[in-house]
Amino acid sequence: MTTSLAAQINSVLAALILLTAFGLLVQRRIYGLLHLFAWQGLFLSISTALVGYAAGSHHLYISSILTLALKVILLPYILHALIVRLQIRKEIEAVVNVPTTMLIGIALVIFSYHLTAPIMELSTLVTRSTLAVALATVMLGLLMMITRRHAVTQIIGFLALENGLFFAATSATYGMPLVVELGVALDILIAAFVFGIFFFQIRTTFESLDVNQMAKLKEED
Amino acid sequence: MTLIILLGISFLSAIALAFAGDRKFAPEINIFGSLATFLAGIALAVQVYMQGPMLAGNNFFFVDAFNVYLAVLTSFVSMTTAIFSRRYMRREREHGRIGHWGMRFYHAMFQLFIFAMLLALLTNNLGILWIAMELATLSTVLLVSLYRTPTAIEAAWKYFILCGVGIAIALFGTVLLYFAAEQVLGEGGEALLWTNLNQVKDKLEPRVLSLSFVFLVVGYGTKVGLVPLHNWLPDAHSEGPTPISAVLSGLLLNIALYALVRCKVLVDGATGTHQAGYIMMGFGLLSILVAAFSLLRQKDIKRMFAYSSIEHMGIATFAFGLGGPIATFGALLHMLVHSLTKSAIFFTVGHASQMHGTQEMDKIRGLIRGNPLVGWGLIFGVIAIVGMPPFGIFTSEFLILTATIKDVPLLTPLLLIGLGVAFAALFRRVQPMIAGEIPPNQQFLKVAHVPVILHMVLVLIIGLYMPNFLAEWFSTAVGLLK
Repeated sequence: MTTSLAAQINSVLAALILLTAFGLLVQRRIYGLLHLFAWQGLFLSISTALVGYAAGSHHLYISSILTLALKVILLPYILHALIVRLQIRKEIEAVVNVPTTMLIGIALVIFSYHLTAPIMELSTLVTRSTLAVALATVMLGLLMMITRRHAVTQIIGFLALENGLFFAATSATYGMPLVVELGVALDILIAAFVFGIFFFQIRTTFESLDVNQMAKLKEED
Repeated sequence: MTLIILLGISFLSAIALAFAGDRKFAPEINIFGSLATFLAGIALAVQVYMQGPMLAGNNFFFVDAFNVYLAVLTSFVSMTTAIFSRRYMRREREHGRIGHWGMRFYHAMFQLFIFAMLLALLTNNLGILWIAMELATLSTVLLVSLYRTPTAIEAAWKYFILCGVGIAIALFGTVLLYFAAEQVLGEGGEALLWTNLNQVKDKLEPRVLSLSFVFLVVGYGTKVGLVPLHNWLPDAHSEGPTPISAVLSGLLLNIALYALVRCKVLVDGATGTHQAGYIMMGFGLLSILVAAFSLLRQKDIKRMFAYSSIEHMGIATFAFGLGGPIATFGALLHMLVHSLTKSAIFFTVGHASQMHGTQEMDKIRGLIRGNPLVGWGLIFGVIAIVGMPPFGIFTSEFLILTATIKDVPLLTPLLLIGLGVAFAALFRRVQPMIAGEIPPNQQFLKVAHVPVILHMVLVLIIGLYMPNFLAEWFSTAVGLLK
């Protein structure tokens, strides 16, 4: 496989990651979100392995396996188990203003391209063109966390944002040093336990996982 | 070796306490672990003081004058907090506010939190620094929601989400930094080591570094509690158990600021301009002003002092941004004395709210008559925190103000307004609480004397006469941060 072919396949994968990020933004059903998130992780994992192959950086294989294990298998599994245990399978979230959210999302993608333009000029890596997509995924994850009001959705937004960060690390630098990637993965794992406990706490205290109910703490006038 | 002991003790204590956290002697293990950590911290400090900066563990750790003083401070405040929390948490347990698992969890996470902060301080690798910061957040999130009340869970969720996002953005900044470093230092783990980066900082690509600094300042700034990224801070401080408010306010904010300043040194070296400094000055000044005016409207005592922390972190951030020897010296001193004073205040506030069974300031009265240590401790703490002589914060604020008048005279009035409003707001609230008759809802409680007195005496000593070694230390650190 030539490098340019690898770069092209990688661009396709980047496009798919971006597409899933947009999908997450407007998906209403909780299982749908989970599937989209798992797909995004899978694309990320393939892309990481591909870059590792094309660039000959073998530690990226480990990173790819880590992504596969965490983001495609373990986290969706944990979330799925939690959804079943908490019986929130049928909770459908009202997503307001889909067109506006999409437009803001598109604006964020353009902004990401603008922001990363000087970096892409400097880079010599085959993956440089995907850095903008990585930043856009981060920003779309952020947007998802702001616009959605369900605890599970916000967590999926957070994890999608983290996917964007991993993707950024691969496309800008062929991955962070291994010790850092392992540490980040460990942190995500701990975070998974933390939000798992959280879901139970919120559920027992508030009946539902809609975070709109949590609005008691604010400044009094 | 000392380093391994220093980090190892808190980690092992965390594991031990995860099993024994609700035993009768658990608070004593907690105190003993923190005391051992503190002694190891002192040993490390002596070593660095005698021999100068050192690298250890295959360049994985780096200790210089800047981080060693923060490490000693961290282990010291965690020790006094452990002493304070012994009676405090026992009482919460007796009142049924937390159960068996809660106590185990509390003790284990307290030690893990200290481990994470020390790791963040001592590591040389900016990636590990990030991981340790995230670990510090994750270990305290569930401590904020320890009481399981609706407001506590809301506060913890806010803390989790906002700091999680903030820290994720800081990781993007770190990735960009690594990208720039790789072009100069080549691929591999070595390119994220701060000491290596510091040597080649003038060769790093300035455009990439200034972009990366924007992400870093937003990311770590969220944890420092800079306005407008501060929303989580008052909630987390007011809803969590008081010992946790004390360490969050006194220590965690410092560590986040430390991370930011380490990155700023690199960015300054690469860009050769004062741009990063201006960004920090802007955030700092905004934090001072917004926090000072928010102080006026508070009804909850812990929430009020949380805003005061935002104000003081704003002052330190502003001073680091200002740069120059006097302002940097002032900022380093400010981090030290603010941390000591604010944790002492939280100790007395914890006692006061336990005595009255509420955190509402309108219901807390007659503290001096009810319990002289709590009353006098609070009033001296407040005198110190608003920057009155002869306490240490007066010295640091005076230095920072002098540097401001010299370098950016136009900002002086704004800074003074912030300090003045905070002064008025705090006194207006605290004065009625300490004076007057004992109200019917007040109970007499045995309190921990040592932590409050120790902290206040230290702040007083630093204000009256700064020990030589401390001054030397700060001067060395100022040289490092140029």
